[in-house]
Amino acid sequence: MSALATAPPRPRLRDRIANPWGRPRFLWVIAIAYVVWILVPVVQAVIFSFNESRSITVWQGASLRWYLWDPDSSVLHDPALQQAITQTIKLAIFTAVIAVPLGVAFAIGLHRWRGGVARTSNFVMLFSFVTPELILAVALYLLFLHSFRVIGLGTSAELIGLIVLSLAYPVVIVRARLLSLGPSYEEAAQDLGASPARTVGRVTLPLLGPSIFASAAIVFALALDDFVVVNQLSRDATTQTVSMAIYGAARTAPTPAINAIGTIMLVTSTLVIAIAVVAYRRMERRRGADAAIPVPRARERA
Amino acid sequence: MSEGAATATPPSEATARSTSWYPRWYWPSFAAPASLFLLVFFLFPFYVVIAIAFGGVDAILQQPVPAWNPASWNTAVLGFSFSNISHTDGLYHAAFIRTFVFVGVATTLCLIVGYPFAYFLARHAGRWRGLFLVLFFAPFWISYMLRMLAWISLLQDDGLINRILIRLGILHTPYPWLAGKPLTLVFGLVYGYVPFMVLPLFATLDRIHPSQLEAGRDLGAGPNGTFWRVTFPQSTQGVLAGFVICALPMFGDYFTQQLLAPVTSTRMVGNAVIDSLTIPIFVPQGAALILILLVVLLPAIFYYLWSTQRAAAQVVTE
Repeated sequence: MSALATAPPRPRLRDRIANPWGRPRFLWVIAIAYVVWILVPVVQAVIFSFNESRSITVWQGASLRWYLWDPDSSVLHDPALQQAITQTIKLAIFTAVIAVPLGVAFAIGLHRWRGGVARTSNFVMLFSFVTPELILAVALYLLFLHSFRVIGLGTSAELIGLIVLSLAYPVVIVRARLLSLGPSYEEAAQDLGASPARTVGRVTLPLLGPSIFASAAIVFALALDDFVVVNQLSRDATTQTVSMAIYGAARTAPTPAINAIGTIMLVTSTLVIAIAVVAYRRMERRRGADAAIPVPRARERA
Repeated sequence: MSEGAATATPPSEATARSTSWYPRWYWPSFAAPASLFLLVFFLFPFYVVIAIAFGGVDAILQQPVPAWNPASWNTAVLGFSFSNISHTDGLYHAAFIRTFVFVGVATTLCLIVGYPFAYFLARHAGRWRGLFLVLFFAPFWISYMLRMLAWISLLQDDGLINRILIRLGILHTPYPWLAGKPLTLVFGLVYGYVPFMVLPLFATLDRIHPSQLEAGRDLGAGPNGTFWRVTFPQSTQGVLAGFVICALPMFGDYFTQQLLAPVTSTRMVGNAVIDSLTIPIFVPQGAALILILLVVLLPAIFYYLWSTQRAAAQVVTE
């Protein structure tokens, strides 16, 4: 009797974490806690951009004061904040426009070009990918201050810094794509009589379309949010970016206007990423639909 | 592009067919612009750093004087910086030790927090996986500064965290989180960098095929045994990659300290570098510190490059 009455032993906590088949309620709690911890502060920062009062800790009613109506420090009336937004978006666009073609061409070239020089180039590229940003920023700062004084600090220096920072992203993404595509498409193009230039233009690049697009979105978002490189290479208030404005204000006396400008950037980059994801999916689907080409292995797994 | 043609070596057998069909200069010319760009704006700057670190200071103009010619390199500044790191009462000694402690603790905490989440994402998120992936990737496109600004307001004396803790009876008076507490700084580092830990962990955990777990179970391993003897050993590469990806940028972090704990007693190497750049006669020391930091981090950088190359080779041969 008593044997029936005793319930099966409750699984220990450790078992629940480790069990790959059981119902991991414990892991669900951890995952939700993680997401809340990571994102709730951001939600709070966005909410306080609509605060009526000057406080960033005490809520006193909703208003658009810090976006539109405050005569001195709202985003609409503070030229410094507007200038920061323009500078940031300008830099991000130019970075994507320059870094992506450079990186894509590099990836295509390195995919076929073999030998010592190619290996060295590839190594340097990967090295730039993992070098801590501070080291990169200081090296470029010293370069523009003590060697390339013609360029000097300012917008050009910021742009160059951002390109160095983001160049490896399109390379890594596009190379992964090239590896999964394999050589058969280009060989088919050659067999059908396409010249080298036509093969790249009509076969390789269209096949790489989605990955080029994805890397452009990533580079744009990266340049939009960068702080270390831009902060080091900016000349004065006129070349200040949004992340620098937030940093400067956060160290002194933040007002909800800073939350507002942060929110504007958040919406911008979220929109860019969302549009990119939708367009990427559409491009992939169209490609899958209008060509009876075998799905590359890498995609099957992903 | 003729220099590319001169340096191109004969193609390997695997690519003989396609490369022989293209002119020899063809593929190098694609890679040339980016290679040149990196040469001028990535490699050459390091030479400038070296020239300044091994140079001198103009006593009248109060300006660093780079030594462009390796023959005239002067190791005085580097030696000075080095002795200030190695001696216990040196200028940078405490900052270096502190950096290693903070980065070590923060990276370990990132692993403790990140592993269960990555494991969940890879194995248990089920039909919510897409949503969780979007939420997980969100911090990558939300500005770091906005995320830190959020914590600055949450951690104020009258901020939400203190109010909640007082409401719960854990605190009686507000805790001054932002008054230069190492705890807050480490917390900020974990918060800022934990997504970089989750990413490689998720990638490796996601690659483990369910059939391997089933094999573990069929061979008599319990849930625990399966995790520790099948899943975890296969994720060690992800753990190491996560450690490196998290730790490398943390070593160069100075802004988190400035935002969350802006006092001398929490200064890190990054702060020492940035501060020395603002005073012209200290610039050579800043350059020397950057070189020392780079040398210290080189093993981690090389490990990471080596492991990604190996992973890429595996994908190709699979």
